[in-house]
Amino acid sequence: MTPLTGYLLVAALLFAIGLAGALTRRNAILVLIGIELMLNAANLNLIAFWRYGPHPEALTGMMFAIFSIAVAAAEAAVGLGLVISIHRHTKTVDLDQINRMKG
Amino acid sequence: MTIVFYILAALTLAGGLAAVTLRNTVHCALALTVAFAGLALLFLQLDAQFAGFAQILIYIGAVAILVVFAILLTRSSDAPETGVFSKTWLAGLVIAAAVFAVLGWAVLRTAPMLPQSSTAPTVTVQQIGAALMGRYVLPLEIVARLLTAALIGAVIVAMHEKEGAK
Repeated sequence: MTPLTGYLLVAALLFAIGLAGALTRRNAILVLIGIELMLNAANLNLIAFWRYGPHPEALTGMMFAIFSIAVAAAEAAVGLGLVISIHRHTKTVDLDQINRMKG
Repeated sequence: MTIVFYILAALTLAGGLAAVTLRNTVHCALALTVAFAGLALLFLQLDAQFAGFAQILIYIGAVAILVVFAILLTRSSDAPETGVFSKTWLAGLVIAAAVFAVLGWAVLRTAPMLPQSSTAPTVTVQQIGAALMGRYVLPLEIVARLLTAALIGAVIVAMHEKEGAK
C-alpha cells in the first residue's frame, strides 16, 4: 500500500464516521460535529493529493485546504448560533422533537 | 507507510468514532478535539506545516471551544432518557457504510494509477504569503467578506430578542 492510498483510506473512513454521526445522533450539536469531521476528512484528501501530486510547488491543494478551513470556521459559527437560537425558541436541541418550521 | 502514520491514523479515527458515539456531549466535544489534533499531526506528517498549525489554531483553538460553549449554553450535556440516537439510526448507519464502501472501492481500484512516493516539497510560509497576495488574492478577499458576514450573522442569529428577554 502506497502512502497516498493509506491517507485516502483514512480520509474515507473519517468521512463515513462523520456521516454516520450526522445521520444517527439526536442532538443538533452532535450533527454539527459530524459535519465538521466530514469537512476535515475532505481537507486531509486535499493535503494528501497536494503532497503526492506532480506539482506540489504550485500550492494549489494547500490553498484549497486553507480556504476550506476558513469556510468551515464560518459554517461552525453560524451553525452553532442557529442551534442556540433554536434552543431559545423550543427549549430543546433534540432533532426528533424539532419537527415544524413555524416559530 | 511508517509506524508514525499508523499511530496518528488510529488516534484520529478513535477520536472521531468516540466523538459520534459517546453519550455525554461534553465527552464528545473532547473526543472531537483529539480527532482534530490527530488530523493536524497528519498534516505535519504530510509536510504541510502551515496547514497543520492553521488546523491547530482554528479547530482546536476556536471551533472546539465554540462547540463546548454551545453545549453548555443549551444545557444538553446529560444524555436524554429516550436515548442519544435518532429513530432512523439504522438507515443512517447503512447509508454511511455504503458511502464508505464506495469510497474505499474507488480508492483501492485506482491505487495502482496513483502517484508513488515523491520527494518532500519545501514550501516556506513566505511562498504561501506571496501566493495568497498574488495569484489567490481574489479568493482571499472573498473569504474575508465571508468571515465578516458570518461573524455578524452569528451574533445576530444568537442575539437575545426583545420580547423573550428577561
